[in-house]
This record gives sequence, C-alpha cells and structure tokens, in this order.
Amino acid sequence: MTATVLSNARLIDPASGREAPGAILIQDGLVADVAWGAQAEPPEGATVLDCGGHILAPGLVDMRAFVGEPGAEHRETLKTASEAAAAGGVTTLVCMPDTNPVIDDPAIVDFVRRRARDTAIVNICPAAALTKGLHGREMTEFGLLAEAGAIAFTDGARSVTNAQVMRRALAYARDFGALIIHHVEDPNLVGDGVMNEGEFASRLGLHGIPREAETVMLERDLRLVRLAGGRYHAAMVSCADSVEIVRRAKQGGLPVTCGVSINNLTLNENDIGDYRTFLKLSPPLRHEDDRQAVIAGLADGTIDVIVSDHNPQDVETKRLPFAEAADGALGIETVLAAGLRLVHGGQITLSRLLLALSTRPAEILGLAAGRLAPGAPADLIVFDPDEPYVLDKKDLRSRSKNSPFDEARLQGRVLLTMVGGRIVHDRSGA
Amino acid sequence: MTAPRPVYPHRHLLGIEGLSPHDIEALLALSEEQVEVSRQVEKKKATLRGRTQINLFFEPSTRTQSSFELAGKRLGADVMNMSVASSSVKKGETLIDTAMTLNAMRPDIIIVRHHAAGAVHLLARKVDCSVVNAGDGAHEHPTQALLDALTIRRNKGRIAGLLVAICGDILHSRVARSNIILLQALGARVRLIGPRTLLPPEAERLGVEVFTDMRQGLKGADIIIMLRLQRERMNGSFVPSVKEYFRYWGLDQEKLALAQPDALVMHPGPMNRGVEISSEVADGAQSLIREQVEMGVAVRMAVLEALASHLPNR
Repeated sequence: MTATVLSNARLIDPASGREAPGAILIQDGLVADVAWGAQAEPPEGATVLDCGGHILAPGLVDMRAFVGEPGAEHRETLKTASEAAAAGGVTTLVCMPDTNPVIDDPAIVDFVRRRARDTAIVNICPAAALTKGLHGREMTEFGLLAEAGAIAFTDGARSVTNAQVMRRALAYARDFGALIIHHVEDPNLVGDGVMNEGEFASRLGLHGIPREAETVMLERDLRLVRLAGGRYHAAMVSCADSVEIVRRAKQGGLPVTCGVSINNLTLNENDIGDYRTFLKLSPPLRHEDDRQAVIAGLADGTIDVIVSDHNPQDVETKRLPFAEAADGALGIETVLAAGLRLVHGGQITLSRLLLALSTRPAEILGLAAGRLAPGAPADLIVFDPDEPYVLDKKDLRSRSKNSPFDEARLQGRVLLTMVGGRIVHDRSGA
Repeated sequence: MTAPRPVYPHRHLLGIEGLSPHDIEALLALSEEQVEVSRQVEKKKATLRGRTQINLFFEPSTRTQSSFELAGKRLGADVMNMSVASSSVKKGETLIDTAMTLNAMRPDIIIVRHHAAGAVHLLARKVDCSVVNAGDGAHEHPTQALLDALTIRRNKGRIAGLLVAICGDILHSRVARSNIILLQALGARVRLIGPRTLLPPEAERLGVEVFTDMRQGLKGADIIIMLRLQRERMNGSFVPSVKEYFRYWGLDQEKLALAQPDALVMHPGPMNRGVEISSEVADGAQSLIREQVEMGVAVRMAVLEALASHLPNR
C-alpha cells in the first residue's frame, strides 16, 4: 500500500492536548509518523493531500447509535448509518442491540459484523444486549458474545430495573472484563411522562419526566458498582443533579464513566416549542440550568463522553401527537457541528470537545483510535470549524430525516474523513 | 494386641466446623475399617443391633439417603425412612414439632437433611438422641467431606500439602463449605473456582485462594472437585447459559490437562454431564467419582458406630 501524507494541517491531538501545525504520514492503514511543527519532506511516491490549513484530528468515536439493521432497514441500514457517520466525521460507531432480532446471541453479533464489513464505510462495533431479549431479567452470554466481537453490553434504550439482575450482571461481567453501558432512566418514574417535568410541560399540558427518574437509577447503579465491581458506564446524564452524583463518585475513587447526548448539551426543553416531535428524546431535553450544568460537567471532565444518540425514526413514528411519537433524533451527521456551538460560545475548548468525542470513548471501549500517534489507526478527519451553513435535511445521508437541527444555523463542516487510511468522505474539493 | 480404637468424642455430627483434626482423623481411621467390612461377603455387624435410626429427609435425596440406610442396616440397626412427601411437614407442622414427635418415639440416631441452613442444629437441640447432619441448606454436609477426604487419602496417600481445586457453584454448595474446612484442617491448600456470581462474598476470608478464570485456577491442582450446577441457576439468573458455563467453567480434557498430570477428579453427584463436567472426564482414568460412592457407605458406617459408642446403654 502506498504512503499518504496529509500536509499543511493544524494538528490537534486531544489525547496529549497538543495542537500545532504539521503533517501526518499514513502507511498500511496506520499513522506512521506525526510531524509536529515541521513540514517534513514526503517520502518518494507518497500521495500528498493538502489540508489547506484546516484542523486534522482523530476521527470521532460515537458510543451510541441506533441502526435499523437487522429488522428496521427502512429507517437506517449499517450502510446508510456509516455514510452519515463518515459525513459527520465519525470513524467508529457503536451500534445498539435494540434491533429485531435483538443482538443477544453470538450469531447475530457475527451477522452485524459481517454486514458492516461488507457494506459500511466506517468501523462499526456492535454492543450486545445486557439481558436476553432486552427484557431485564436474564443476563446474556457475555463471554461468548465478547468472543464473537461484542464491544460492550447494554440494554440500549432500556434500563434494567431489577437491582439483583444488575448486581449479578456487573459481577459476572467482571470475570470477562466486559464493559456495561447502562441507560439510566427508571421507567416507573418516567411513567406517562414525555418531556422534562416542570413549568414548560405544565404549560404544554404534557406529562413530565422528573429528573429523579435519572438520578435514582444512577445512584442505585453506583452503589451496585461499589458492591459488585465491574466496568460501568452511564450512557447519558441529562441534569445537574446527575453531574453532581458522578462528580462525587469519581472524587470518591469509583472507577465509573459517563456520557452525555449532544442534544442535552446543545438544546433545552424550550426547543420543543410547538410540540416538535423530533425533540422528543430519552432522556428528555431539560431546563437551561441543567444544560449549563452538563456543559460544566463536560468542561471539568466529570462527563467523559459525548454521544450522538443517533436514533433514526420515520414519518410513521414521528408525525404523530407529541405524546404518541417515538423517542429519538438523528445525530451522527451533526454531532461535531453541534458540539462546535459550545466551542464558538467559549464554553469549552476545541481540544476538550474532541477529547470527549474521540479519545475518551476510544479509551473506555479499549480501542487504539482517538489519538494522533504512530501506530494508531489512520482514522482521521479534516474539518473547518468555522464554515457556516443552514442545515437542510435533504442533504442528510441518513435514511431517516428526523434531525433536531433541521433549518438550524450551524458552523463547522467535515471536509475529509479517513478510515484505516482510506478516504470515505471528501468535500475538500466542493 | 491391637492398637486402641480411635475415639470420636462428640454426641452429634452436625458439621466439620468444630471438629479437631484429631476427631477427623479418628473418623477416617474408623472408615478404613468399614471399607474392609463392606468388601466382605458377610457385611453385617451387630454394633447397632436393637438401635433405631430415623432418616429424616426434608429434601429429596437418592444417594445420600440410601447410603445412610445401607450403613445403618449393615450395622444391624432398624432403619426408618421419613421423607417430606409422606410426613406431616406438608400438613403445616413446624420443624420443632416434628422433632418432638420423633423424639417421643425414642430413636437412637436421627439423620437429617433440610433445605434451610442451621435447621439440623436447631433440631439437635430439641431431641435426646444423636443427630447426623446429612446436609443443611448451603451450610454443611459433613459426611460428604469425610468421604471425599477418605477417597483422596486412599488414592494420594496423604492430604497435607495437596492442592485441591473446588469448582463451580460454591455459593449454594454445602459440600464446598464442609470440604473447605476439612481439607484445610488436614493441611491441604484449597482453591475455589467459579464465576463471580457463584462465589460467596468475601470467600478469601475462608483462607482459600479464589479464581474466576478456571484455566488459571487449575494450574498445579492435585485434586479437582466439581460441583453440581442446579438447573434453575443456568438460564440467566447466575450464569447466562449451559453453553457458556461449560465453555468457561466446565471440566473437559483440555482444562484437566492444565492441572497436575496425576490430578484426580471428584464430584459429589448427581452429575450434569455436559454442564459442569464432560462425560470423557467423568468416565476417564482420572475420575474417582464411583469410588466416592463406595467410600460414602463406609464413612457413614463409621460415623454411626462412633456415635453409637456414646449412646446410653441402659
């Protein structure tokens, strides 16, 4: 395989916090050399790509994307999800097991991996179900599923309400060093709730979801981790109390991590406006105070990871009265541009944003990606953080169109995406 | 001109806990004699002639109950089997009422199995006769530990210094608890191997080494004791499936090869072939499983005889 040089770039390596002009040499799908500060002479016969002074960073690692394959290919396939990911700068995505059939059997893990290998243009790592059928009762075959290639164990959009099941799953997962990712939302406290509980829900006449639906489950989980051990990651926190709970746990030395949805970082409950169902989410969009608290949690490292929580829904599941519409929004294609809002607003640094979008998720998942260093996979992105545009959902690669940012003004565009040294998205000429 | 017979100084056998190494040695020595008796054509002794032995089993058991029955009969006792299905327990009688009722029938020895830990001890406090624990919940099963020790000693010539790996569902196993105490009392090193969901919390505090990786745990083992995994624990509550359990914690030839080349395999029975142990290993040259059954009768005869020596003679 010939060498490629990405030259004339502003390199940002969130893993080391380093940021400087430079170039990267790619060979055999790996980063062969990182030339900081210098414009090294490209080796003989290398293809040189001029990055035009734009930012060159590790490709994004999205720990939470729902894909319709198998079972709901009309919403999204592994192929379309990967195309959307590539356009958004995501080079590795973890797909959730909420499929039909559920990814709770080694043969289905194998199927998803083969389909991804044959059809997808980015790395797709299936997460397997934590409990059989996502029913929250009996744990799955962590050992055999991990051998088949499951990267983590989660019940996707569902929470395990039975604490005994969760305790045993944590204990059993330890034997295999398996990562458990948990959606922290008590379904009984959610009840009939469809949006954040509070004044705005009362005005709209919608049932609310209290923050305690999240904090009760999160507190329970952290106590169970203390009891049983295990690698635990809270999929998404959405409110100020949750950030404080995780902060205290980490200060106490508990080895847990957590994520936040890009939606809870960049939108609040007021965005629901006139019953916009594309903003019906789980966890729900919260109060502006909560949004500010999760941004602060991201800035100080309490929150490790930003996820797109990509969840394609079609007209049949979204063009309904708000309370009857399905949860979920597209996200994988806009996660970087949306995140850049926080950078442009001066609330977090670009390096911190990229840390939460690439380095930390890669570390938690045990992947070699997420850094600019020799030997790392050449999963790279070139982007212009400033390019302004108005999002038109027609331009989205995803098979579904339920973007919460439709017609929104965004700033920041991915120009080039490379996976394993192969260019999978290129609008540098456009 | 014979050496003085070893003496077992207690009225009951409720557990291995509380026995001194000397007590254990005494019972093992007596058991050796009974092995010889059981191999004769004339197997009947008169030690318990005129005595009444009640086998009170609140939990179904085929092998332990028949082993005790045979032991009692070989010693000449009148043996009565009371199983839960035919007893008044089904009609709501409490354990203590049952004990008092039986006590009034003036038995000499009661053999008790009960599903609740501590139940046998409770019963022993309420009756005048000797009581043998044939298994109480997940607590103790002393005669099983004694027969395991006897089997090991007859095959290895010793117990001290051996490395014994006990594998599988330790959490729910009375066999494991009795074995841990007995084997350590006689100087063996004990390892527990199983998924974390089937290991008792703070198991290290029992003085054993704990492994969740069976391949690691089996290294250097002289004896491997496999435990039975109950069916209701196989499908997701404690372990996800039989397939996964056998893959990681089932004993097959490949895993057995990691232990000492002359390692011996034991199982208290009844076995789940293909769950915790492969047929190849269970029926293989390194298996002592059938010998354990023979030793079971001898150990129970020894225990009954030892207790009989304390029974009042008037």
